[in-house]
Amino acid sequence: MKPSATPRRLLHEALLEHGADPARARHTAVVVEGRAYSYAQLLDTASRLAGALAERGVGRGDRVAIYMDNTWPCVVAVFATLLAGGVFLVVNPLTKSDKLGFVLDDSGARVLLSDGHLAHEFVPLLGTRPALRVIASGGLPDRCAIEAFDAVIEAAAPLCERPATIALDLAALIYTSGSTGMPKGVMHTHQSMLFAAQSLIQYLRLGEGERILCTLPLAFDYGLYQWLMAVQLGATLVLERSFAFPAQVFARMHAFEVTVFPGVPTVFAMLLSAHRRERLCFPSVTRVTNTAAALPDEQALKLREIFPSALLYKMYGLTECKRVCYLEPELMEAKPGSVGKAIPGTEVFLRSVAGGPVAPGEAGILHVRGPHVMLGYWNRPDLSAQMLREGPLPGERVLCTHDWFRMDEEGFLYFVGRSDDIIKTRGEKVSPVEVENVLHAVEGVREAAVVGVPDELLGEAIRAYVVLESGVSLGVGQIRAYCMRRLESFMVPQQILLCMDLPRTATGKVSRKALLEQPPA
Amino acid sequence: MSTQTMDVKARVRDYILENLMFSSDPSELADDVSLLDRGVIDSTGVLEVVLFLEESFGLQVKASQMLPQNFDSVDNIVAFVQRQQQGGA
Repeated sequence: MKPSATPRRLLHEALLEHGADPARARHTAVVVEGRAYSYAQLLDTASRLAGALAERGVGRGDRVAIYMDNTWPCVVAVFATLLAGGVFLVVNPLTKSDKLGFVLDDSGARVLLSDGHLAHEFVPLLGTRPALRVIASGGLPDRCAIEAFDAVIEAAAPLCERPATIALDLAALIYTSGSTGMPKGVMHTHQSMLFAAQSLIQYLRLGEGERILCTLPLAFDYGLYQWLMAVQLGATLVLERSFAFPAQVFARMHAFEVTVFPGVPTVFAMLLSAHRRERLCFPSVTRVTNTAAALPDEQALKLREIFPSALLYKMYGLTECKRVCYLEPELMEAKPGSVGKAIPGTEVFLRSVAGGPVAPGEAGILHVRGPHVMLGYWNRPDLSAQMLREGPLPGERVLCTHDWFRMDEEGFLYFVGRSDDIIKTRGEKVSPVEVENVLHAVEGVREAAVVGVPDELLGEAIRAYVVLESGVSLGVGQIRAYCMRRLESFMVPQQILLCMDLPRTATGKVSRKALLEQPPA
Repeated sequence: MSTQTMDVKARVRDYILENLMFSSDPSELADDVSLLDRGVIDSTGVLEVVLFLEESFGLQVKASQMLPQNFDSVDNIVAFVQRQQQGGA
């Protein structure tokens, strides 16, 4: 990163700098499905879209929903929203209509940016939301009040005036699964996101020459930050729609000599499985990162065959502060099983349930202190209060992760367990309550309980125990088909077990613990 | 369309409907639609399809063949199976 004359305070200032620097402006900002776009193109298109957003009423603090695959319009939309002074929220394109409607209403989004192939999910929502403006790329259905992305960009004048945004303004709402079953919007400011991006860049030892791969959805903060880091650096993002077709991703990694490979355990398990079929080797990759769920040490060691020149980072984080900690790659052998220490510029500590100190080696609840901590959950002060606790200084808030960790004598962290029921599958967080709500809506289902069970490829597989109303005959396939129409595919239970009754605790609540101990037969 | 093509297509369609879409309604799956666009396959879905093809048709799918042109629609999958069975690439 070149030292700049003025410090960056807003997330999009890096883009303005690169666009104004003739050498950097020609540099490739992003490669989407093989096609390269320069920083000059990015700034021009984002400024035009920002102008179009402003014409459609988006001003400082207004929300813009981006419901798109990993495409050029999607990466443009992130910066266009910021240039217009707005707050972006990226919604996973696997999201089904009902939940999309909830997120649109909860966020109060003024504009929805999407793609024609998702029309069957968003068009049914438009009738009851007449104020929502929609711009979509790709083929569009007839007789709908949807504007075409390309035409909007063509017609728009670039936004020239800069909104009065300051670092404390919101930059993004990042929706994440909550244990209550409804997603909640994590509020991050320009300051918290810029700080987090810079801290990550520092410990990952990234420079302006990086070519960072992203196969993860930008709705997932791990995917989003690959883009934010690339732009902070003036580096290149190699963006793929998904990891669904590994051979395509591999070809792109070779063609563009990717240097950074961010993955989740499911992706690494697929890589290792492909490697067993046909030897894989990516010598250009110098950094490999893992988060979302633990990467077993033996898998990590095998990845060295595939990435012989790479430093491997094991990390842990949560959307509420982006990232908590990372293990220096040189310490992987010395500290097996550890996810390291707090990211640069932040600190972590363990507390007992009563709030007291925790001795080295003993389990406690992880707390996080630093400028990367969220402001709270949008519209949900009640849930914010559960996560944000009084800090050491008057008025300060620290993040209580509710996750259990151990810390050794030298301060290295070891994950022990979660204190909520959230399931981690394919690197995604799934709320069992959200899946249970959908199951309960199936006609003929009396009761359902959902748990995560260990799975080699998925991390955790989703298992549903379903009790039917008496006299009802309903097949597992029918139940699953209903789930497919209502839930993102990664939330659909892999295992559905019909049973007569669910085990309960003394207070009458369904006991997940007893369910897990019960054999699946 | 040869009877062999019909057989491959029917088995591929049945597999996708039953195991990836959990549906018993054949009209929900057009033969030329992108399975990725429809959200039918995701990052682990294509591996499941590969394992199914290997078991059902005795194929060996290489990692370098896991491409959209081979797997992103029923038509592409059927054509891929036939090329493999004829010993093509």
